[in-house]
Amino acid sequence: MDVLTLSRIQFGATIAFHYIYPPLSIGLGIMLVIMEGAWLKTGNNLYHQMARFWTKVFALTFAIGVATGIVMEFEFGTNWATYSRFVGDVFGSALAAEGIFAFFLESGFLAVLLFGWDKVGRKLHFFSTCMVALGAHFSAVWIVVANSWMQTPAGYHIVGEGMHARAEITDFWQLVFNPSMLDRLFHTLCGAWCAGAFLVVSVSAWYLLKGKYLEFARKSLKVGLTVALAASLLQAVTGHKSAQSLEKNQPAKLAAFEGLYETTSNAPLVLAGWPDEKGEKVIGISAPGMLSFLTHNDFHTPVIGLNEFKPEDRPPVTASFLFFHGMVGIGFSLIAVAALGFLYFRKGTLHERRWLLWILVFSVLGPQLANQLGWFAAEVGRQPWIVYGLMRTPAGLSAVVKANVVLSSLILFTLIYSLLFTVFIYLLNDKIQHGPDDADLIPSGKLALPAKN
Amino acid sequence: MHLDLNTIWFILVGVLLTGYAVLDGFDLGIGALHLFTKKDEERRVMLNSIGPVWDGNEVWLVTGGGALFAAFPNVYATAFSGFYLALMLLLAALIFRAVAIEFRSKRPERWWRQMWDVSFSVGSIVSSLLIGTALGNIAWGVPVDANGEFAGTFLGLLSPYPLLVGVTTMALFMMHGAIYGVLKTEGELHDKLRGWAMGCIIFFVICAVTLTMSTLLYVPHMAARVRENPWLFSVALANMLAIANIPREFHHGNDGKAFLSSCATIVTLMALFALNIFPNMIYSLPHPENSLTIYNAASSPKTLGIMLVIAGIGVPVVIAYTVCIYWIFRGKVKLDRMSY
Ligand code: HDD
Ligand code: HEM
Ligand code: HEM
Repeated sequence: MDVLTLSRIQFGATIAFHYIYPPLSIGLGIMLVIMEGAWLKTGNNLYHQMARFWTKVFALTFAIGVATGIVMEFEFGTNWATYSRFVGDVFGSALAAEGIFAFFLESGFLAVLLFGWDKVGRKLHFFSTCMVALGAHFSAVWIVVANSWMQTPAGYHIVGEGMHARAEITDFWQLVFNPSMLDRLFHTLCGAWCAGAFLVVSVSAWYLLKGKYLEFARKSLKVGLTVALAASLLQAVTGHKSAQSLEKNQPAKLAAFEGLYETTSNAPLVLAGWPDEKGEKVIGISAPGMLSFLTHNDFHTPVIGLNEFKPEDRPPVTASFLFFHGMVGIGFSLIAVAALGFLYFRKGTLHERRWLLWILVFSVLGPQLANQLGWFAAEVGRQPWIVYGLMRTPAGLSAVVKANVVLSSLILFTLIYSLLFTVFIYLLNDKIQHGPDDADLIPSGKLALPAKN
Repeated sequence: MHLDLNTIWFILVGVLLTGYAVLDGFDLGIGALHLFTKKDEERRVMLNSIGPVWDGNEVWLVTGGGALFAAFPNVYATAFSGFYLALMLLLAALIFRAVAIEFRSKRPERWWRQMWDVSFSVGSIVSSLLIGTALGNIAWGVPVDANGEFAGTFLGLLSPYPLLVGVTTMALFMMHGAIYGVLKTEGELHDKLRGWAMGCIIFFVICAVTLTMSTLLYVPHMAARVRENPWLFSVALANMLAIANIPREFHHGNDGKAFLSSCATIVTLMALFALNIFPNMIYSLPHPENSLTIYNAASSPKTLGIMLVIAGIGVPVVIAYTVCIYWIFRGKVKLDRMSY
């Protein structure tokens, strides 16, 4: 295989692996804020026990998130050196801002969150929990700024020519609020909240099925299902906004998502199907006019098809189509699952419906899969560009790095990451089987003192 | 030398990397000494002495990398693609180190703990060696072609002088970590660490003297600026005094002051390094005209200005809460339910 293919596989594999953990850190961060907040408000020690239990899971995901994130920070330079020279002026600032505003905040207050239980008072501890969650959200902000700039560049101009051309900043705020940034940020965050909430839901449903830690499980389910329902509904709304912005900014990507070749008014929305690249059509069921309606709020406005673009400017259609539809399909299933769960929970009959509890146990895989598919759709749909409209992916490679070298690092990462993943699953399972600690029902140290008002 | 934006950013990147060396330096040192402790309890104390802070310390490296990318993209691109394999090894070492801290105490089995103890320690040692070797290569000079691309080989990076810098860095971090350990522990482990710290100090002094001699003999450009501006000799002097002060304070039992001297040693070493490479960031050997400097490798003045605002807002806040967090976790390590 050539350097290009290997570098793409390596980047895709390492970022996809990294992205198993950030959504959990962000989503569990929010759950911890809610649980600890509820404890401070109600004084019910069950919430304290919940916060402590999920803090331990949080620590586990966070550690692997950090370890794999450092790889990403350096990989732009190692594998995409030409790209780094081209975009450093604009892209680098977002990455540096992420370090200063987000990572320091997260990792600093994490110390108090994890080890400060008995050392600081309730309010300071709660404050630290909030700061960790805030830091995790900030890091999503800056990394999505950087990535969205690659999708819809703004606030820059090109200086120099040929090998020495590069993008330079002209307007910082235009760069930050580039056309796709806000839509994608909200959508990404919703995805992360789903990941955290469904993890809580899944573990609690498991405890109910096994008849263990019932009180703990019910309280956790209540928090988990509420957030899960809200986040999965918002997910559809923000995803819809993203699709509308695609129609304006990256029409080729939207056309590939829907497998739409001819520019058509009354364009159909494919509900399920398989693209046929040779025949330039999609085989499957579709809802006529719905795509026009969803993107323009009008059934008759035409939607641009792939044939408007030269073949070398089109993204890979089958892959984009499948990733996108996989995500959307999971999205609507999650809404249904969360709504059913919520409904029966309110009615108080959830524990009788074992089939639903089993679905809830497995629901944790949904957000994880959809998050991965979403990024794959967004990134593959950007091809053949590494920076949309400005630089093609092969042009971004490092000039001095040879294929066998990339192959060896790829093998290295594959081995390390397989080991990490196995250990992660093993320890997570261990934690879940072990369950919440009864000792955590009684706050100790300074936490035992009531908050001073 | 007047203070333009490029120079300011050269200094700021230097500050971030120095912050990393001072803070993560003791973590890496604790890691390098980890396997010398034999009892499980002692190993837990070692880990928990850095438990609350190692992650924050590592962020200095991450942010330093980000700042380098933003301020000097050409240096970021050339160095990282040029040092590809070395960097991948560093990343692997950092990964194992980080997860080992988290994983070790999660299971009671002996083999499990032994496995992560080894990962933690080897990861720390390899990281220190590689970081030092990279600095050594920058000091010595690396082949760079007319396009600003690295033109050497992986094995070419492993020549004697850079390796000597690598070993010296490891010795420095071990000394730094041992003194930190003395500060954070009590009882039997404390006494053991005292002994090791003395050994590390001797090891480091020998390395430092060898390195100084080799630099003066074989890498004359690394002393050129000090030679031309005699008043800069004060930095070298401060460095020597800081080193000499470590065993003195340590002998008198002023461990806190010994640790501060060890911090000062790192700061002055980094300052000397920066003074002598300035204004180059990657010195090209054998074609000095291809060197990447703070001018030909920098981002636009506009970006440097914006970044300065970001740093001006962010860095003071970061320092403020970092100090608070070290304050909350001051004193000797006590193992409790939340410990690793
Ligand atoms: C939507 C969120 C998101 C996305 C798309 C990414 N990350 Fe990430 N990253 C996080 C959200 C996050 C986080 C939530 O802040 C993490 C994960 C777990 C954690 O501990 O912090 C993190 C950790 C993390 C770290 C370690 C920070 C530390 O030491 O504390 C680095 C260096 C990066 N990331 C860098 C990257 C790069 C260069 C990415 C893109 C190529 C990237 N991340 C994608
Ligand atoms: C976290 C979720 C992300 C996932 C799952 C993801 C996924 C992918 C995948 C699958 C590829 C390979 C595409 C291809 O070769 O066809 C890729 C490429 C790339 N992505 Fe992303 N990405 C993510 C986030 C980011 C972010 C946040 C950035 C930038 C800040 C980024 C920048 C890049 C770059 C530079 C490439 C290499 C060039 C390329 O092959 O397109 N990605 N990503
Ligand atoms: C419910 C229906 C959904 C719709 C209509 C939808 C729509 C979209 C669209 C159009 C994009 C591409 C944005 C771009 O490239 O600019 C996208 C990306 C993405 N989606 Fe979805 N999505 C849905 C559900 C989900 C779910 C359930 C998740 C995860 C839990 C998810 C996670 C993501 C992620 C992580 C990305 C990549 C980041 C981004 O580009 O915003 N999506 N989605």
